[in-house]
Amino acid sequence: MSAAHPLAPEHRPVSNRELGALLVSLGLVVAPHAMRMPWWLALLVVALYAWRVAVALRLTPAPSRWLVLGIALLSIAAVYLEYRALFGRTTGIVLLALFSGLKLMEMRTHRDAAVVAFLCYFLVMTNLLYTQSIPTALLMGVALVAVTSTLVGLAAPRRPLRSNVATAGLLLAHAAPAALILFLLFPRVAGPLWALPQDAYSGLTGLSDTMSPGNLSLLAQSDAIAFRAEFDGDPPPPRERYWRGPVLWDFDGRTWRMGPGWTEPFEAPSGGGRYDYTVTLEPHNRTWLFTLEQVARLPLRSRYTNDGMVVSTSPVRSRLRYDAASIARPAPEPRESAASLRRALELPPAGNPRARALAERWRAASRSAAEIVSRALEFFRDSRLAYTLEPPLLGRDTVDEFLFDTRAGFCEHFASSFVFLLRAAGVPARVVTGYQGGEVNYVDRIITVRQSDAHAWAEVYLPGRGWVRADPTAAAVPGRVDSGLARSVPDGDPVPLLLRPQLEWLRAWRSNWEAVVHRWNVWVLGYGVDRQRDLMSRIGMRDADWRKLTAAMATVLGAFTLLLLAWSLRRLARPDPVQRAWLAFCRKLAARGVVRAPHEGPRDFAARAARRLPGAAPRILAVGELYLGARYGREPAPARVAELRRRVRELEIA
Amino acid sequence: MPAAATLGGRVRAWWAGELAPEPGRVVLGQRRVYIVPTRLGWLFGATLGILLVGSINYALQLGFALTFLLAGMGLAAMVHTTRNLARLAVSAGRAEPVFAGEAAQFRLYLENPSPHDRPAILVRHAASGAQVVVDLAARSAAEAVLGVPAPRRGWLPLTRVTLETRFPLGLFRAWSYVRPDARCLVYPRPEASALPDAAPAADAGALRPQSRGNEDFSGLRAYQLQDSPRHVAWKAAARSDELLTKQFAGTAGAELWLDLAAVPRALGLEARVSRLAGWILAAERQGLRYGLRLPGLKLAPDQGDAHRAACLQALALYESR
Repeated sequence: MSAAHPLAPEHRPVSNRELGALLVSLGLVVAPHAMRMPWWLALLVVALYAWRVAVALRLTPAPSRWLVLGIALLSIAAVYLEYRALFGRTTGIVLLALFSGLKLMEMRTHRDAAVVAFLCYFLVMTNLLYTQSIPTALLMGVALVAVTSTLVGLAAPRRPLRSNVATAGLLLAHAAPAALILFLLFPRVAGPLWALPQDAYSGLTGLSDTMSPGNLSLLAQSDAIAFRAEFDGDPPPPRERYWRGPVLWDFDGRTWRMGPGWTEPFEAPSGGGRYDYTVTLEPHNRTWLFTLEQVARLPLRSRYTNDGMVVSTSPVRSRLRYDAASIARPAPEPRESAASLRRALELPPAGNPRARALAERWRAASRSAAEIVSRALEFFRDSRLAYTLEPPLLGRDTVDEFLFDTRAGFCEHFASSFVFLLRAAGVPARVVTGYQGGEVNYVDRIITVRQSDAHAWAEVYLPGRGWVRADPTAAAVPGRVDSGLARSVPDGDPVPLLLRPQLEWLRAWRSNWEAVVHRWNVWVLGYGVDRQRDLMSRIGMRDADWRKLTAAMATVLGAFTLLLLAWSLRRLARPDPVQRAWLAFCRKLAARGVVRAPHEGPRDFAARAARRLPGAAPRILAVGELYLGARYGREPAPARVAELRRRVRELEIA
Repeated sequence: MPAAATLGGRVRAWWAGELAPEPGRVVLGQRRVYIVPTRLGWLFGATLGILLVGSINYALQLGFALTFLLAGMGLAAMVHTTRNLARLAVSAGRAEPVFAGEAAQFRLYLENPSPHDRPAILVRHAASGAQVVVDLAARSAAEAVLGVPAPRRGWLPLTRVTLETRFPLGLFRAWSYVRPDARCLVYPRPEASALPDAAPAADAGALRPQSRGNEDFSGLRAYQLQDSPRHVAWKAAARSDELLTKQFAGTAGAELWLDLAAVPRALGLEARVSRLAGWILAAERQGLRYGLRLPGLKLAPDQGDAHRAACLQALALYESR
C-alpha cells in the first residue's frame, strides 16, 4: 500500500503530448470567445498558452506560484479596466479564458489536466449563450471529440492518438441515445431560476418603440431574420404582407413615440380573406408580436391594445412560436374615442412651416378627409422623392427638409412627413411600424421576414370607415411593396449582400439552408415547455407534468443503460470469427453424424470426418488446415480468415 | 483452516475479500467487477450540475443537448470501464523458486478474448503492493510479472490480486479480485559460511576420502580460507603472489554429508537451516558431491542442479516436530 497508485491521476505528471492535446481542445473552445474579446485580451490568452508551451519545451523555467498569482491579479485588473465590471456574462467568460491559461501554468499532474478538460466543457457551454446556430452545434461536436480524446489520453497514456480519438467518438455515439432521451423527457420550466445579469439580452436587434430619421434605414441594412411565418394554405401576395408592430402617436418634430396604450377586450373583425398562420419570432426583448393586418385571432398569452397592437405578457427573450389568424379585407369599424382622435391630430407647436402651408392649401381645397388623403398620396407619387437606404442627414425641420430640400429618404421619412401633413390638414393619423413583405422559401413554403423588411407606414382615421392604412412609400416607390427593398433602392446603395438580385444561385442555396435552419429552430432550439407538452400528448402522455416526465425519463434511461451494458458484455462473450467458423463447421458435420469428441484435436477430427464422408473429403481437410493455420499460425491474415469463413459457409455435404 | 470453516470466519474472509484459490484460468464475470465513481467522476458530475442549471436558467436548448450528451457519455464511460475488465481471463504461470529475502516473480497471463483493446489495466498484489500496468491489444494475451517479497522460506502463495482500470475517461474505477492458485517455493536465506572441514567431525559435515585417488590432480583454483593446508599448491604459490589450492579430478572422490544436527541447536532452527542452505550452495560451487540429512529425511550424496533444488526444497519445507 506504500507505492503510489499508478492509475491515480494525482500521481501522474502531464506529458508534452497530453499538453498538446489540451491546447488543441482549449484552442477550439476559446476561439469563438476570443473573436468577441478586445484584441489585446485575446492576445494575452494566446501569450499565456505560448508561455506554457515554452515551459514544456524547457525554453524557460516554470514561473513561480507568486508570479502566476500576480498575473492573475493583473488580468483581473485589465478586465476591469476594459469592461468597468467584474460580474456579468462577458467579463465572466473573459476571466475564464484567462484563467484557463493560468491553470495551464500551474498544471502538474493528470488531475490538473482533467480539471482543465472539464473547464473546456464549461467554455463550450458559455459559447452557447451567444449563439446556438447549426455551425455552433457542429463546432461543439468537434470540440467535444477533442476534449474527450484528451481525457481518454489521460486515462491511457501509452495508446496511440488515433485510438483515443476513436474511443472518444465511440463514447459520444453511445451517449447519443441517452442524450436524446434526456433531451426529450427532461422537464422544461418556463422562465429563469434567478435574475439574469443585466447584459444577458443586449445585442438583440429589432424595431424599437421610437422612430426618428435614420434608425429604420440602419436596421434595414441587417440581414438578420426577424421572424418566419408558415401559412396554412397559400400566403398572401407580397403587397398585402403588412406585418403590424408598434404604433406611434406622439411627434416632437424629430422622433415619433408610442402612445399610452391600454388593453382592450379583443373583438374579432368580420370580413373576407382569412389567413391562418404560425409565426416563429426571433427574440427581440420587447413585448410586441407581429401579425398580419388585421388580426382576427390572438396568439396565446397575448393581449390586444386600443391601437391594435398585439403584445405578449412578457418580453420575448427566447424564440417564440405562436398561432394567429388575420383578415385581409376587414369590414369598416368607425369607432374611436374622442381623446384618441385628438391625440392623432397633435403636432409640435412650431416648425416645418412649408409643410404646414401645403397642408393648409389641401384642407382649403378639399371637401372631405378622404380627399385630403388622396391629395397627399398624389403628392407623394408626383414629387419624385428618392428612396434610399442612405438618407441625407436632416436638420431642425425634418419634414420640410425631406419634402422640399433633400427629397431623399427611407420609409420612416415618408411615413413621418405623410402623417405630419395629414395632421396639419386636420385628418387624424398615426405612424405604424412593422415589416412589409418577406421572402417565400420555395423549399418549405415558409415566409422569412428579415430586418431588411422593416417598414413604416401610416393609418388615417376616416369618418365612416375607421382607421385605414395609407402607405406613402408604396405611392412614391410602388416597387417597394411588390418586389422588396433590393429592387427599390438605386444601384450602389449598400443593400445586404444576399438581397442583391444578381446572386440567384446564392439565394437558392440559402433557401435550402434556411429551411434546415428553420426546422432546427423549431425542433431543437424551440423545444420548450409548450413543444414538450405537445410532443408528449402526441405519443400518448396526457398533461405531462414534471413528475410524469421524470418518471418516464428515469425508466427509459435505466432501460437504455441496461441494454447498452448487456449488449457490450454480450459482444465480449462472443467468440472470435475463427472460432465461430470452426464451431459452425463442427455443427455441420455433427448434422451428418460426425460429432467431435472433446479430446479430439482439429487435425484428427478433420481426418476422421474426411474418412467418414469421402465425398466432401478434400473440402473438409481444407477447412481443417485453414483453421489450424488461422488458430495456431502466427498473426492470421484477414484474407485467410475470410477464406475459412467462406469455405465453412459453402460446405455442402451431400 | 478451522477458523474459515466457521460461519463467522467465512463472513470475515468474505469481508476481507479473501477468495479461495482459484485453479486454472479465471474468467472475470461481470458480477465480480465492481465499479464506483472516482474523485474526478464526482467533479464531472458537479460540472454537469452547473451546466444543467445554466441551461435551465438561460433556456439554452443546445445547452441541454450538451449537458445530456455529456451525461450520456458518463453513462457510456461506466459501461466501457466495466467492459474493460469484464470477461478478462487470468491464469497464473510457474513462479521460479527464490531465496528468502528476494522477490518471488509471479507471472500472470491476462487474455483478452474480445475484439477491442483493453488499455491501462493495473495488476496489483494487495498484500505487498507489488503492481504493474498492462495494456492488452484486441484478442491477445499479455504477461504481468508481480515481484512479491518473499521474507520466509516455505511455500509463498499468491494471495489476492486486484485488477483495476479507469479507462476510458477516468471517471469510474472498476476493479475485481482474483486469487490465482499460484505459489512460489522460497528457499531459506543462504548464510555464507565456510563448509565444514573434514577433520573436526568425522561423521558429520566431513570430507571423507572415498578412495585413494585423492591425488588425481586436475587443476588449481584460488585459495579459500577453509581449504586444507595439505591441498595448497606450495610450488605454484612460490611462482606467483597468491596461494592456490589444488583441485582433484571429479571430486567424485569426496563426499560431504550436510547434517542439520551438525549445526549448533543454540542458533535456532531458521539460522541452522540458513547455514545448511549456504553449505549446499558452496558445495555445489566447489563441485563436491554432497548429501543432506534432516531428521526423518535423507538425500543421498549427489551433485547438479536437480540435486541442489531437491536439497533446497527439503530445507525450505522442513519443519521441526
